[in-house]
Amino acid sequence: MRLRVALAERLASLLVPLVAWEAASWWARSRLFPGPAAVLATLADEAVHGGLLHDLGATLARVAIAFTLAMVIGTVLGITMARSRAMDTLLDSGVVLLLNLPALVIAVLLYIWLGLTEAAAIGAVTLSKLPTVVVTLREGARMLDRDLADMAKSFDLGAWRTLRHVTLPQLAPFFLVASRTGLALIWKIVLVVELLGRPDGIGYAIQVFFQLFDVRRLIAYALAFVAVVLVVEWGVLQPLERRLARWRR
Amino acid sequence: MAPVTVAITVAIDEKRYSGRAGAGPVTALRGLRACIGPSEFCVVTGPSGCGKTTLLNIIAGLDRDFAGTLGFAPSDHDAPRIGYVFQSPRLLPWRTVRENVALVQRHRAAPAALESLLADVGVADMADAYPAQLSGGMARRVALARAFAIAPDLLLMDEPFLSLDAAAADRLRSLLLRLVSTRPATVLFVTHDLAEAVALADRILVLSPAPGRVVAELPIALARTERHDPDTLSALRAELARHSIEPPIHRK
Repeated sequence: MRLRVALAERLASLLVPLVAWEAASWWARSRLFPGPAAVLATLADEAVHGGLLHDLGATLARVAIAFTLAMVIGTVLGITMARSRAMDTLLDSGVVLLLNLPALVIAVLLYIWLGLTEAAAIGAVTLSKLPTVVVTLREGARMLDRDLADMAKSFDLGAWRTLRHVTLPQLAPFFLVASRTGLALIWKIVLVVELLGRPDGIGYAIQVFFQLFDVRRLIAYALAFVAVVLVVEWGVLQPLERRLARWRR
Repeated sequence: MAPVTVAITVAIDEKRYSGRAGAGPVTALRGLRACIGPSEFCVVTGPSGCGKTTLLNIIAGLDRDFAGTLGFAPSDHDAPRIGYVFQSPRLLPWRTVRENVALVQRHRAAPAALESLLADVGVADMADAYPAQLSGGMARRVALARAFAIAPDLLLMDEPFLSLDAAAADRLRSLLLRLVSTRPATVLFVTHDLAEAVALADRILVLSPAPGRVVAELPIALARTERHDPDTLSALRAELARHSIEPPIHRK
């Protein structure tokens, strides 16, 4: 019941921009400003007959691989840096540099050094996200509760149970924040990287439609991409967040 | 099976904290000698900052950076099972009451034993609640249950009933005595509340101001029921006060 109300509210909030958009395109009467009806028709057509699903799949695969790599490497590095002062000193400048290096520069350099390859593309996306994961998890690992660690030690919980019941639950919120901000970053960067040096993917398609001034298909591809992002947000991240926050009052 | 509890011999020559930037090193304990007998309920008291918590942490094995020795007897009890009840309950907020207690048990105990322990400390109704939903007194009951869940040889308690109102603290003290009578353990209980010390102890150890050492020992031979008598209490209090003010008494 509550779910149905929430769904109705969500649909209503989607309807407002759609109506505004249709009205604006009717008023503009331009091939370069198609309305939602025309775009949705194109979207359906591209999904069935065009390359939409292939491009979407290619982009999502790159996102999934880069996301996983950045989370795993970033978590390990972040926790290591929080625990070891030497490692922190050694790696901190590198992290700060990477954090402030524009993703465009990373992508261009990797394409030059590694050629226009899949490895360069995924590497560029991973490297762009990596430093935010490191910084977030380092912060989380620094804030681990000493009192609870002492409790675990005095009750002789051992490494595995301490990790599972004491340490990881404390890191979970930081992990979630890193996932979220990192994913938002990746969605944006991956298209630029594809546009620069890949023969498929949403970013590549956007570039083609730009050259053809094909705004209908350009918006259709972008919408398909946004839809996937929203599904991940509502279907995966938000339920996960609620599950992890269960114990909070 | 006869309950086996441990005796402890503590000989701490010196325990220093290296101190933060700006402050020099601090000596928390120096020349502290104490023996605690098997199944004895020993209360440690003394002025704040005299190293009571430090002493417990050393015995618990949390702090190994000290000069001195710790002995446990019988000697096959090199690593006695220690239940530690901290000043704050230190429950895992993301685990339910039952999970918090079950977590410390090395071998998954029979569920019935766990439930009866939860019932004994009076938290059976709250077994599926998270710690944030508990009152202060309830959280301390859970901390108590967790300490008893490992069937401890030695129970370390660091002002566990601090910041509870008097009635709640009283109820928890009776609960503790009840638990110790059915599940024997050697107890080392830190408090700066003399009435609490007298109510619980077989013997009271008085520590000096920092660096802490034992300046007086006071066996309490009275039956626990007689200890609430105001005259008895004030007499003991006077004796304790005398010990704490006078220079160290050397006893055999």
